[in-house]
Parts: sequence; structure tokens; C-alpha cells
Amino acid sequence: MKYIRNFSIIAHIDHGKSTLADRLIQYTNLVDERQFRDQILDTMDIERERGITIKSQTIDLPYMDSEGREFELNLIDTPGHVDFSYEVSRALASCEGVLLLVDASQGVEAQTLANLYAAMEHDLVIIPVINKIDLPVADVERVKLEIDHELGLDPDSAILCSAKEGTGIEDIFGAVIGRIPPPAGDPAKPLSALIFDAHYDPFRGTIVSCRIFDGTVRPGDTIRLMSNGTTYKVEEVGIFHLTREPGKELSAGMVGYVIAGIKTVSDTRIGDTITLDADPAPAPLPGFKEVKPVVFSSIYPIASDDYQSLLEALEKYKLNDASLVYQKDSSAALGQGFRCGFLGLLHLEIVQERLEREFDQSIIMTAPSVQYRFILSTDDVVTVDNPLYYPDPAKIKASEEPFIKAGILVPERYVGAVIKLCMERRGINSHLSYPTPGRVEVTFEMPLAEIIFDFYDKLKSITQGYGSFDYEITGYRESDLARLDILVNGEKVDALSILVHKERARDRAVTICERLKEEIPRQQFKIAIQGAIGGKIIARSTVSAFRKDVTAKCYGGDITRKRKLLEKQKKGKKRMRMVGNVEIPQSAFMAALKTDNE
Amino acid sequence: MNKQEMNKEDLPGLYVHVPFCKTKCPYCDFCSITDTSLVASWLEGVEREVIAWGREGFSTFDTLYIGGGTPSLLGKGEFEQLMGILRNGFSFAPDAEVTVEVNPDDVTPSLLSCYMALGINRLSVGVQSLQEEELRFLQRRHTAARAQRAIELIRSSGFDNFGVDLMYGFQGQTKKSWADSLDRVLSWAPPHLSCYQLTLSEGTPFGRLASEGKLRRCTEEQGRRFFTYTSNFLQDHGFAHYEVSNFAKREGLFSRHNQKYWQRTPYLGIGPAAHSFRYNQRWWNTGSVGDYCRLLREGRLPVAGQERLSPEQERLERLMLGFRTGKGVDIDDIIGRSSGREVLGRLSSSGIVRIEGKRVSPTLYGYLIADRLPLIFLN
Repeated sequence: MKYIRNFSIIAHIDHGKSTLADRLIQYTNLVDERQFRDQILDTMDIERERGITIKSQTIDLPYMDSEGREFELNLIDTPGHVDFSYEVSRALASCEGVLLLVDASQGVEAQTLANLYAAMEHDLVIIPVINKIDLPVADVERVKLEIDHELGLDPDSAILCSAKEGTGIEDIFGAVIGRIPPPAGDPAKPLSALIFDAHYDPFRGTIVSCRIFDGTVRPGDTIRLMSNGTTYKVEEVGIFHLTREPGKELSAGMVGYVIAGIKTVSDTRIGDTITLDADPAPAPLPGFKEVKPVVFSSIYPIASDDYQSLLEALEKYKLNDASLVYQKDSSAALGQGFRCGFLGLLHLEIVQERLEREFDQSIIMTAPSVQYRFILSTDDVVTVDNPLYYPDPAKIKASEEPFIKAGILVPERYVGAVIKLCMERRGINSHLSYPTPGRVEVTFEMPLAEIIFDFYDKLKSITQGYGSFDYEITGYRESDLARLDILVNGEKVDALSILVHKERARDRAVTICERLKEEIPRQQFKIAIQGAIGGKIIARSTVSAFRKDVTAKCYGGDITRKRKLLEKQKKGKKRMRMVGNVEIPQSAFMAALKTDNE
Repeated sequence: MNKQEMNKEDLPGLYVHVPFCKTKCPYCDFCSITDTSLVASWLEGVEREVIAWGREGFSTFDTLYIGGGTPSLLGKGEFEQLMGILRNGFSFAPDAEVTVEVNPDDVTPSLLSCYMALGINRLSVGVQSLQEEELRFLQRRHTAARAQRAIELIRSSGFDNFGVDLMYGFQGQTKKSWADSLDRVLSWAPPHLSCYQLTLSEGTPFGRLASEGKLRRCTEEQGRRFFTYTSNFLQDHGFAHYEVSNFAKREGLFSRHNQKYWQRTPYLGIGPAAHSFRYNQRWWNTGSVGDYCRLLREGRLPVAGQERLSPEQERLERLMLGFRTGKGVDIDDIIGRSSGREVLGRLSSSGIVRIEGKRVSPTLYGYLIADRLPLIFLN
């Protein structure tokens, strides 16, 4: 056990986490040069394209030090985004140390801080690593100062490296072995293993990634998942070497996988404890919680006959993503669909993109919503994440919406713009701190609903990319809410309804009406678009009708040219939905999601 | 419809493209050149092409339409030669409609008697406008007086069946000047009228001027007003508005040849850039007069492209063409699909189409948005 090290790399997005992982893997000669590709742990197309990690990956790196001692270094690669913070926290709970990666030109960012706090919560050894020192704009001294002042870590303990060029890699291995303690634990005690991830394999079912804290698990054992008491017979255990490598057993201190005939990843819970049915641990490992979705949106097939195909796609998708929840939903405008819950906006986008790309679905998504709480006159409390189920306003005694604490790190010159943005988004109780000269940490309390649209994009644009942002949900607060309905030619398009703060209702209504006006193509009649609260119209726009749309000549028998033009237009029509007698393109539903016109 | 008429309907039409003009009109995007030295080799090409298609099973037609370009530019000898080639290679139904497009400037008693002698029984006269200023703007060769004279000659030569082409929706024209042109044309009591809104096509001098902002485009609303005025005015004077841009005194005077395009009856196009349709295939000739002549000399067909239509494409064509005509489309083509009947009900109650038995035809408003109608039914 003393030759095992379990560690993770944490970093702000784009600080080079995946590149460093690549170098560490290459250094151990686990893959030959031919098979190697960049971002090797990010196996999904979407991860590689966006340069982000969505799914955790684990790899066991064999390493021999200068004295000839053979180590087993378990690198647990974690997603970087706040949407997946619970997954990250379970991965961290499986480690004894982390490499905290800081970009040598950008320095400490909001997620660096959030990651540091997460690592500190788990009492992990933190090794600061300053990456990208090869960049001409690298400013190692400034970054060291930030590590000292903002992170409170010893700047001299920082390792300098360039993952891109492969410099400093040896130092990193040295620090992992020298500074991170080997895992503790007793292989003879009852089994206690933490599930930190689960993947779906079409042939083997669920592959559970876990860290063994105590005890030993072998094929043939009957294991029990402590959160719900379900039992499974272990078929195979092993470790990860880019591919799975079966072994005789997993014992205390090790990180590896268990295959036990578990059908879908939804049958497992990240953070749950695995024990042996025959000799259970006295208590589960701490920190387990059910991950709850925070952002909700409905998904409809563009063509209503594709409902069944969408259902099958969601079922398949769900096999590998336990955090997506969905249930049947139906809309007068869009027919049969699904109400889905997501961990956050990035998660929503990932699901949308993967459904479209990997599962070939054409879908319409409705505006994302948070979960609101309404206290009715009967004192009943209802939670509503779907505007369709907004209670009768006459019976609402009080409304509440979820709030977050947002932390934003920016260069001082952008503070004014950031504060303005946060105030526009109903931010309150601002607090400014100056961790290092020239940099400001702005914290705000804000409604979650205000950031789920395009807050991050806006922040990036007003700070020219220098602003970084992180948040945590703090709880519910009373809020003055209403449902904004959108009417097209007098008919309510329920899929466009949103719950809004009354103060923001008019702005949103005007924006949505204008957006729809641009998106809805002219038709043979005038189309009135209205925003309404209750029966009261608060915004309107009009799409004028075609006055004339006919070419004078269909001449000389050239029918082909004209038909081809129609065929092109017809293709565009495929992405439209009829609402009443109006054709609304998919893009209109999308456009309505955006808040600002700029 | 009795059986004999059915058969007559099924006979294909023949189109011959004469790609020569004395001057090029700045709005025209049809295939035409001003170099008349190529007339002889074009005629040779036509002869070869006629023979080739004769071997491919085209034999009897009941319409012949000689268009251009400016067919009336051909000298009497050339025209006789052309008709000789056509009559040698093909046969025509005894009551075939035989149309020639003429420029008023070319109309003389001797040309007309030549046409008469060769069996031409219908003329299409490119008048375009009766306002001198407008004719100059459109760079037409003739004057209003010359147009008037041409019509008188046509009448006195015994051509009872003729059509007049007019154009609206261009810069400088007013509703008043258009009404005046229409009034004057009506005084000639033409059996047939075609009123086209000017299309500013890319690649024409007018198209270029318009894209440079030097020529005003007719707005949608102006177009609508011209169109509506024209239709109402002509219908008040006893014309049937039987196609988006075409009017005739009675059904017997509808252009039989043009109807083949809209009704998807087979037709063969001879000459550069001519289009053809038979069974479920469409093909078209090269638009280059030089290539046309050369290919035929080399013993090859001058076909530049072709396509075979899928049933879906055929349906789209039936809708697209049908909604351009008073005959409309067959109701089965519309309501075969899921929401067709409901959409149809809405269109009919909002006065866009009318339903008579199995036919769904556009109203005046339907004509105005005829390009939209197929799309509305293509859900």
C-alpha cells in the first residue's frame, strides 16, 4: 500500500489539465506514440471539441522512481465545471492529494479558488503547479504572488511546468510520490468502498469506479450498495490502464473498478458506499447525497411522430448519465415530450448536443427554468419547475426562488461593469475583496434563474474574457413571481411560457416578442405576437403578411429551377412546428431562450 | 371530357427557341445573341435535333410555339426553312395551335402573309407598354404608334387569334400610366393578354443596376396593387384570369401551348436553352448557341442536364404549377397528408382558395401568394 498514490488534477478551465494528464500518461509509456492522441482521457467527441472534461476518467500509472521502487499512481481526472461539482467532490474524496494547476499567464481564477476549497475540505495535500511557463506572456512571479495571497499556499512549493513542452513532468512525479501520503486503510476490515463514478458498457453493464478505503473485494463476492441495500454478485474487479485490466482483487487503498451485473448507471449512486453483504461495514462513508437537478427544460421532437425515437434515445442516453432525470410532459403547442432536469446549463447543453449528434434527434428545447416554490393559501407548499404547472395566482400566498452565491474574480478595471451586470440580474449584498493588487473578488447573492440563461457569456464579454465565475446554491428566498405567457395570433404557446420575477417581466416579454418577430417567417396572414401576464398584454410585435409572393413567369418550360427553389424552402420547413395556424421554426424556440439583444 | 379530347390533351407540345435579337433588352435573361451570322448553323442544328428526337419517339404535336429571342427577326426565307424542317421531321394535329412571338417593329404585311401561308395561326406580340418613355426605359425597339400599327396589320391580315404581352412594376411606371396602357390595349380587343411583373434577374443589366441601388425595385405592396388592379380591371372587361400572368377572352383562347407547362403535359424543346419534359423526366439544352451548333454537328444531342422526378417531386410540381392556374390542383394531392384537410379548410375560409368538386383553385389572393401555397401543404 505504501507504493500507492491517489491523486487528482484540479484547475480552472483551459489551464491545461487534460494536456498535463496526457504528459503524465506518456511519461509512463502506458501507450505507445502511435496510439497516442491529445486529450486522451476525454473520449467523447464533445469533450474533445470543447476542450472540456465531462466524465471522470481514472488511470493507473505505473511509475518507477530513481531508486527502482515501483509505484502505482492513480490519476483521477475530474470534470472541471461547476455543474459537476458533486462528482468532483466524490473524486476528491477518493484521493490523498491534488495537483492544483494554475496558468502562468492567467493566474488564479474563480474555479481555482473553488477547487482549492473543495480540496481543503477533504484535507488533501495540495501541490501547486504553475503550467504554461513556456508562454511568452507567462508571469511566474505574479502567479506565485497570487498563490501566496489568494490561495494562502507556499509559493516556493509550486512546481513550474509546461505540459505542452513536457518540462517539469519529472518534478511533478517526484512531488506526487514525495509529498502525497500513501493511502491508509486496512484490507482485513469489512469492505468500505466509495463509488465516485460509473460508466455504461453495452456488454458488461455498469462499470463502477471506486476507491477502497477498507477491506478487500474479489470476484464472486456479494456486494451491497449501502444507500438502498441492493446486492449484486461481483463478476470482475480490476484497475484502469486506459483499458480495463482485470485483477484478482481490489484492496484497501486501491482505486479500480467493479463489474457486478448492475444494469444501468442509474442503479448506482455516486457517493454511495459498497460493502460486502456477508460482512458489512458498520457505517457508510460520509458525504453521500442524492444529486438533484437544478435546471429544468422540456424536450420535444421537432416532428411529433419522432416521439418514440426520442424516448428510446433518452433511455439509451440515460444508461450512461445518471444525473439526467426526465419524465413525460405534454404541451398543447408541441405535443408529447419530456420534462428534464439537469445539473446546470452546461449539462443541459451537453445533453442537447449529444442527443442531436450521437442519437440523431431533432429536438426543440424550451426555456430553462429553475425550481420555484409556492406557498398556497392552504399553506401547502408546491415546487414548480415547469411553467405549465404554475398555480392559480389567486391562491398563491408567497413565492420563493433559489438563490446562489456567485464569486467572480476580475481585474480591477472591470469591477464597474461586473457590478452593473450583477445588479441588472437582481444581485444583492455585494462584497468586494482585493486578494492581490489589481484583482478583485466580487461576491453577490443572486437568483439562480438570472444566471441560467447567458450570464456567463455576458460576463465573459464585458470582461473581455478576464472574468471568471463560480457559484454555489445557498437556498430559497421570497420573490415576486409571475408567469409570462406568449401568444401567437391569440393562441397561447405554452412551450414559450416562463416564470419570471415581476420586475423583469416586461423586459423579458419585449425581448421575446422582438426575437420571435425576427425568427417567425412571414406567412400569408399577419401574425400578432404578444406577451401577457394573466390576461394583461404587456408586450407585442407583429409579423406582417405576404402581400405578394409569386414570380411572374414560369417560362419556357423551365420548371426545374423553380421546383428546386421550393425544395430548398421545403427543407427549411422541416424544422418548423405548427402552432395553431402559424409555423414556428425551431430557431424561434431557441432564440426565446436568450435574454439580451446585444 | 370525351375520349377524343383526352387524346388531344395528351399530345405533346413543341417549342422552338430562336436565340437571336436585334438588340438585347436590359431586363431579359433568356438565351439570345445579336450575332445573326449564326442563324444558318443554328438552323442546321435545329434540323439535326429534330431528326434526332424524331428517332426518340417524338412524332405528332398539337401545339407549336416559336419563341425567343425574337423569332420575327428571321427573314422570310429562314422562317420558311425552319417550318420546312419542322414539318419534315414531325407531324402536327390538323387543328394544332401554332404561335410565333413577334416584335411589333418587325410586323409587316409581307411577314404576316408569309406566316399565314406557313400555317401560323396565333401571334404573341411583345408590346410591353404604350408609354413612349417607358418603352425607351425598357430599351424596346418599337414606339407605341408602331405597336398600334402592328396590331392593325395583324387584324387586317386575318389573324384573329393573338396575344399581347405587357409589363408592369418597373421604375418610372405609375398606376396611371399602367391603366392607360391597359385601356389602349383593350381598345384593340385582343383575345389574349399576358401581364408580367418585371423580374430583376441577376446577371442582367437591370439586375446589376438594382443590386447597385441604381434601379428601384417594385415593393411587395406596389406589386400587389398592380396585380390586383390588372386582374380586377381585365375581369371586369370579360377576361378570364386563367394563370397568374395570363388572361383570355374565353377558354378556347387560352394559350394551349403554355398550358402544357402548367398541366405537365409532355413537351419537346428544340434550340439552345430549350427545356423538355416527357414521362417523369426533364432535360434541357445548353444555353450556348455555339455549343448547341457544335454538339449537333458532332452528332451529339445538345442536352446540358436532365433529371428523373421522384413521386414526391412530381407532387410538388403538381402543386406548384397547379396553384398558378385557375384550374388549380386535385384535392387528393392536398389532403393525402396528415393536416391537409384542416389547412385546406383554413385557406378556403380565409379566401385564399376555392374548392369546387375535386379541384382546389386559387382566388385572386391565392394567385398573389401562389409561390407560398405548395409550401403550406407540404407539412
